[in-house]
Amino acid sequence: MAETVIETRGLVKRYGDFTAVDGLDLEVQAGEVFGLLGPNGAGKTTTILMLLGLTEPTEGWIRVLGHDPVRDPIAVKRVTGYLPDNVGFYDEMTGRQNLFYTAELNGIPRREAAAEIDRLLARVGLADAADTRVGAYSRGMRQRLGVADVLLKKPRVVIMDEPTLGLDPEGARAFLQLIRQLAGEGMTVMLSSHLLHQVQEVCDRVAIFVKGQMIACGPVAELAEQALAGEPLRLELELSPCPEALLTALEQLEGVVELRRSAVGPGESVRLELVSRRDLRAEVSRLAASHGAAVLHLSQAGRSLDDIYRRYFAEGGDRGGRRSKGAA
Amino acid sequence: MAVVPRVQPKVWLERLKARPAEAGARAVPGSGLAAVVRKEFADNVSGWRMVILVLLLAVTGIGSLHTAAQTIRTVVEATSATPDFVFLRLFTGGSTQLPPLTSFVSFLAPLLGIALGFDAICGEQNRRTLSRVLAQPIHRDAVINGKFLAGLLSIVITFTALLVGVGALGLIMLGVPPTGDEALRLVAYGVLTTIYVAFWLALAILFSVVFQQSATSALASIAVWLFFSVFWDMLVGLVAGDDPVGLGLWLSRLSPGYLYTEATVTLLTPTVRTLGPVTLEQVLGALQGVLPVGQSIMLIWPQAVGLVALTAVCFAASYILFMRREIRA
Repeated sequence: MAETVIETRGLVKRYGDFTAVDGLDLEVQAGEVFGLLGPNGAGKTTTILMLLGLTEPTEGWIRVLGHDPVRDPIAVKRVTGYLPDNVGFYDEMTGRQNLFYTAELNGIPRREAAAEIDRLLARVGLADAADTRVGAYSRGMRQRLGVADVLLKKPRVVIMDEPTLGLDPEGARAFLQLIRQLAGEGMTVMLSSHLLHQVQEVCDRVAIFVKGQMIACGPVAELAEQALAGEPLRLELELSPCPEALLTALEQLEGVVELRRSAVGPGESVRLELVSRRDLRAEVSRLAASHGAAVLHLSQAGRSLDDIYRRYFAEGGDRGGRRSKGAA
Repeated sequence: MAVVPRVQPKVWLERLKARPAEAGARAVPGSGLAAVVRKEFADNVSGWRMVILVLLLAVTGIGSLHTAAQTIRTVVEATSATPDFVFLRLFTGGSTQLPPLTSFVSFLAPLLGIALGFDAICGEQNRRTLSRVLAQPIHRDAVINGKFLAGLLSIVITFTALLVGVGALGLIMLGVPPTGDEALRLVAYGVLTTIYVAFWLALAILFSVVFQQSATSALASIAVWLFFSVFWDMLVGLVAGDDPVGLGLWLSRLSPGYLYTEATVTLLTPTVRTLGPVTLEQVLGALQGVLPVGQSIMLIWPQAVGLVALTAVCFAASYILFMRREIRA
């Protein structure tokens, strides 16, 4: 069993009457990429701040690599890198100077830091812009400088708050790749996001937050099973040609709830929608082949993170999506 | 019989040598403070606001020095004798056109303090650097202490340079070296001015913790400064209309500016022998004379303590607010 890196028990944070985080039990293992998923205001950032000792929990118990962030925040911050949402740097200093300041705050000797900074700047692709003032950096460059800044102290845990927010698709893709690389190097990565597809792509496990409560936690596939158990699947398919015998055979398959003919496509092709209680993809294609029909299109809806998300928020009361955080 | 432990110099030496290595291995308490002070001091010194203020101080310094030298010359020519404390008159002697250096300093000093402190915390917050810096393994108070100390260091250097510069130029112009007494008075003046600027620095830092916007914080500090330098006297005059020495003086002394002025006047004008009301009986028969520097400092001790206390209160308030503050990105 892998080492537990982050552990919380009964974590609660209240602001007056408002409960931002409500009884959170979390466990993150070493080398994992763990996603905190939820709409804005669900308590993701508050949780992160409590893990780092930047905010005191109202109740509960936290350990980050065995250190208590409430009692000994410095020990936690020595092994934890934090990339805040929309990270800020000193605009009038160059990227390199900013990193030197971080190194100094971490007590890294200057000579050692110089080599490490060069290496990290090259790694995040900022070697050419190292001596440019950060004021002239683009959003994506700042974010990459943020990664270099986080890695400078050689952390064992990296916590990122909405790291891909405001990045263009290419930048976001590269960023996710970097996160996977870090995990490959044995770092534990925790990231918060409300962007489902990215979380699905990069995270080993996700925790879904709604109104300060973690309503589900596990690998995406498992969550899908949990959330959508009993929920019928929709199979969209396009066949050409489509004899009546095939339709009858399809209707008689086990678990089929409904078969709808949604449209007639060009030529002989027919579009169908098959609602069923179990995965019928293999059987459907085999059946089509035996009836001499070509399968032009086959896709199963109802198992993506979007559906899980929607399902949970339907239960938890939808508050997300309406308020949007100031994205660039 | 008490056992006297044997002194083992070798062991002690080794222990002393070993200590820095240990300290380097794990960050010592208060770690980060030196880094913050260094960075903030570099920012202060290289920033435009400091350049502007120092230029302003230098220009007024040279201007008032010139006038003071002129005035001293006319006095010397008229009486053909070197007046007492001629060196101090470089700082206190003004003319009808230009007030003395001390007036300029008492006017500009608060501005310097405010300029160094008004965006200390809110500036970091607005640039979103605060959460990143606080996520480093440093104590939270290293940030606010470091900013205060760096500001203080900048102030000390500025005023030392100003006093030494003006003194040196005066020496060239007059050719009269300061006496030991005068030199001590100037040092005390420098210390006092530093405390006074430190008060405004602490106040500005307090506002920078309280307010979210740098502009609001700057405005609040400047409002306090204007209030005390312009309106406080009027208000005191109104309230204590028929009791200017009792209630009036008491009210005036609530203003840090008034405390500072009283103290500097006493320090740089050795003929000032009291700061309280004087009855006619006390004046009758009193001998004219000057106070030695020790006595002058005794006289302004309450003012100095008052200024230190005000600074401490402001800084303590900002410290507590900052430590309790929720740091959100």
